[in-house]
Amino acid sequence: MVIGSAMIAFLLLGLAAPLGRRRPAVAGLVHLACLPPSLLLLALGLMHLAAPPGTPPQIITLPLGLPGLAGHWRLDRLSAFFLLVVNLPAVLAGLYGLGYAPHLPRPGRVAPFLPLFLLGMNGVLLADDAFSFLLAWEFMSLTSWLLVVADDGNPEAGKAGLTYLSMAAFGGFCLLAAFALMAADGGSFDFALLRAHPGGGGGVLAVLLVLLGTGSKAGMVPLHPWLPLAHPAAPSHASALMSGVMTKVALYGLIRILFDLQPVLGWQWGFALMLLGAATALTGVFYALMQRDLKVLLAYSTVENVGLILVALGLAAAFRAYDQPALAALALVAALYHVLNHSLIKSLLFLGAGAVVSATGERDINRLGGLLNRMPVTGACFLAGACAISALPPLNGFVSEWLVFQSLFHAPSLSHWAMRFGVPVVGVALALAAAFAAVCFVRAFGTVFLGRPRSAAAAAAREAPLSLQLAQVVPAALCLGLGIFPVLVSGGLASVVAPLLRVRLPTALLGWPWLSPIAPGAGSYSALMLLLTGVALAITTVLVVHHFGSQRTRRAPVWDCGTPCALPEAQYSADSFSQPLRRVFGRPLLAARELIDMPAPGDTAPARFRLEIRDPLWDGLYARLIRLVNRLADRVNRLQSLTVRHYLLMMFWTLVAGLVIVAVRPPL
Amino acid sequence: MIPLLWGILHTLLVVAAAPWATGLTRRVKARLQGRRGASCWQPYRDLWRLLQKDSVIADSASWLFHITPYVVFVAVWLAATILPTLTTDMIMTPAADLIALVALLGVARFFTALAGLDAGTAFGGLGASREMFIASLGEPAMLMVTFSLSVLAHTTSPAHLVEFVLAGHVGLEVSVGLAMGALLMVALAESGRIPIDNPATHLELTMVHEAMVLEYSGRHLALMEAAAMMRQLLFLSLIICLFLPWGIARPGDAAPWLLVGLAAWIAKVAALSVVLAAYESWIAKMRLFRIADFLGGALLLALLATIFLYVSEAL
Repeated sequence: MVIGSAMIAFLLLGLAAPLGRRRPAVAGLVHLACLPPSLLLLALGLMHLAAPPGTPPQIITLPLGLPGLAGHWRLDRLSAFFLLVVNLPAVLAGLYGLGYAPHLPRPGRVAPFLPLFLLGMNGVLLADDAFSFLLAWEFMSLTSWLLVVADDGNPEAGKAGLTYLSMAAFGGFCLLAAFALMAADGGSFDFALLRAHPGGGGGVLAVLLVLLGTGSKAGMVPLHPWLPLAHPAAPSHASALMSGVMTKVALYGLIRILFDLQPVLGWQWGFALMLLGAATALTGVFYALMQRDLKVLLAYSTVENVGLILVALGLAAAFRAYDQPALAALALVAALYHVLNHSLIKSLLFLGAGAVVSATGERDINRLGGLLNRMPVTGACFLAGACAISALPPLNGFVSEWLVFQSLFHAPSLSHWAMRFGVPVVGVALALAAAFAAVCFVRAFGTVFLGRPRSAAAAAAREAPLSLQLAQVVPAALCLGLGIFPVLVSGGLASVVAPLLRVRLPTALLGWPWLSPIAPGAGSYSALMLLLTGVALAITTVLVVHHFGSQRTRRAPVWDCGTPCALPEAQYSADSFSQPLRRVFGRPLLAARELIDMPAPGDTAPARFRLEIRDPLWDGLYARLIRLVNRLADRVNRLQSLTVRHYLLMMFWTLVAGLVIVAVRPPL
Repeated sequence: MIPLLWGILHTLLVVAAAPWATGLTRRVKARLQGRRGASCWQPYRDLWRLLQKDSVIADSASWLFHITPYVVFVAVWLAATILPTLTTDMIMTPAADLIALVALLGVARFFTALAGLDAGTAFGGLGASREMFIASLGEPAMLMVTFSLSVLAHTTSPAHLVEFVLAGHVGLEVSVGLAMGALLMVALAESGRIPIDNPATHLELTMVHEAMVLEYSGRHLALMEAAAMMRQLLFLSLIICLFLPWGIARPGDAAPWLLVGLAAWIAKVAALSVVLAAYESWIAKMRLFRIADFLGGALLLALLATIFLYVSEAL
């Protein structure tokens, strides 16, 4: 009932928004009007999570959908948790849009689609039959595509939109086929019936299709190239929702199908998921490290984090297949914790990037700099986000990464040799990804917010309006909160995981104040304790230094070993920052080439330096695929101008072929 | 009550002993180079002198530049606090494990690198870029050492690792040797010693850590220097704690055992400092891009340590 009214509110908002498309202020109001339904769904999710364990899921059946198949909708703990993940950033995006949307180049092309996008995402979470699920899924894809192409003055956005639409169509097709296969075996599109016949549906092919369908939406390597094109092309608050939330909705689909509807899987699937996740994490972070465009950098970092979540999901599947439910629950809790963390952190960072872009008009980080002095609130919030995503304690990113590493470190207890040798390799990949993420965000924050401004636009930047600031301060505070009180979160997540794996993590192991997931002696972490001790040590340090030392501080021109250079270009740029790693890893992975054009001695022409980075995956796979499709399309094009005789002949042969198939096929 | 007391004592000990360990290394190194060298207590005098001076801060720097020395010092101090030295029976033992220790050192590095970029100079950026490059290989190697030890001992907590080693579960294992080799290599890199970085260099282009803190002066520089000294001591203690824990006091031991633990720790730190100085005098500094091979080797050793565990189990 309450859910329905929130959903209808989204729908009505989306439909009503075009009426005011001539007035930019209306766009802001539409965003503000998204707040109440989002808050309502958020509260609902929280209430369902807070209910005592064993509370039955809420089910509602509506006379919508295919003939003979009513629309089934269901709210269980997993959906409730993801309602939280979706609607918390939605609230922030709405708040942000209030100040941000009216200043977009085409606010009328954004305002109607944001509420519809939220409707689609919430619909996916609540759907309880394949038809409703796919309907909401495609609705989500289409509305997000409309947000990607909202800026019609930008030719890049059009190109990104086309790539995104093709990938979304591919993913949707995979899911459609997967559900068809599962329904053919189990005999129904209804999730409740699928759930009742575990192991019924579809077999290997269905799982593979599910992986492709949801993986393509989540940005799993090698299906990721659309993501860094499409996410940054949308307006920043929509980018935040796409990167922070839509990828999580895709992962929700994966978790729902693999852990709820298809709960009998071999360990091989877990192993494959783990390897894919490791490859995704490494690829994503490495590309992020080389980007100059702030929003593209953030989008690649999303790919990395999706990889980390996939590793945890793979571990959970493998543990379950080996009948170690406690460890499976731990890995799944780690995955969900990171889902929540990343949705918050990535929203925060994209909103910060949006504030920077609207203050300076620059997305190239090599043309920014010194913004921390000019935009203190945005800068401080972005710093919090950068620390959190680099997994620095005591923020939330560290807790989920710690949990992932803890479950990974216990994976060698699985006896199969492939797991035993695979897990250390995955460990190396994750450790490298974590370290690269820190490099990436030192580089991003350092170039954008520190140093001296590298362009006039950066020097003239002003702090963002109040609603934008508020939308960044709230998630920054939540990052700290979720980091300091991990036990509360993991307790809630244990109740989400319990019905899926039919195991309840003992509260003693998740006890207060230590987070000690395996056994009391096997490694524990207490953010609160660390923080309090840290504060005590900090106070001691400050008191000692100020009591025994000089308290005077003088401002002076920069020293720089006595030879300061006034040119802002003399600072380290983002490209120079990543040069050592580019030299070491760039050539094999990115086909990175540094072209130096040095004039002859005596010649006064300037020397030129050019950096070329290509994506071998795009060149090797996607560019070829596009050429193939184009060639096929040319061939098929000829079919459009045949004579009637030819068309009749084709119909005849089709009929014959159909009859032959019916004749040869064994009776059902 | 007792663990709390030892915890506070230990916290003060690590901060007080760090300059001495650095001074000892410097003195031994000077003797090996045929110089007389300053006394072991010289670093205390240096820190005191820096503390008395005014702090000069560049015009272009932001508030981050002011707080970074405190953040870095506290993060390293906190990391040193959770690592057992004289006893494993401390109140902070369960608060963090080795992964958290690596992350705390990561906090210090993250903020040092940001401060290097803050003033907007070429040298600061150069140092920050190189430091993060070195860390991006060193940190994974350290995590993999943790991994191989946790496969062996089923724990990531340093105190429980000590228990495991002291209980005699570890014989002469190839894996442990490999892990120790990896950790030694990482320790050299992370504490900024030759062959990775040279703490005594006066040539800006070869600096890594020194280049990042180039703009600091006065009390801020004192804190940064003290943090660097403490980090070196921390890595020595880490090697001692994980691989040579004999002599450390354990829960339930009487007070005299703590004195034994303290003496053992001081002796081991002194011995390792001498070894470090000898090694530094013996080897030349590496080119920057050779570091990738060095630390990649450390990462591979740590991975091999894990894999050999399974092989030795299978045999």
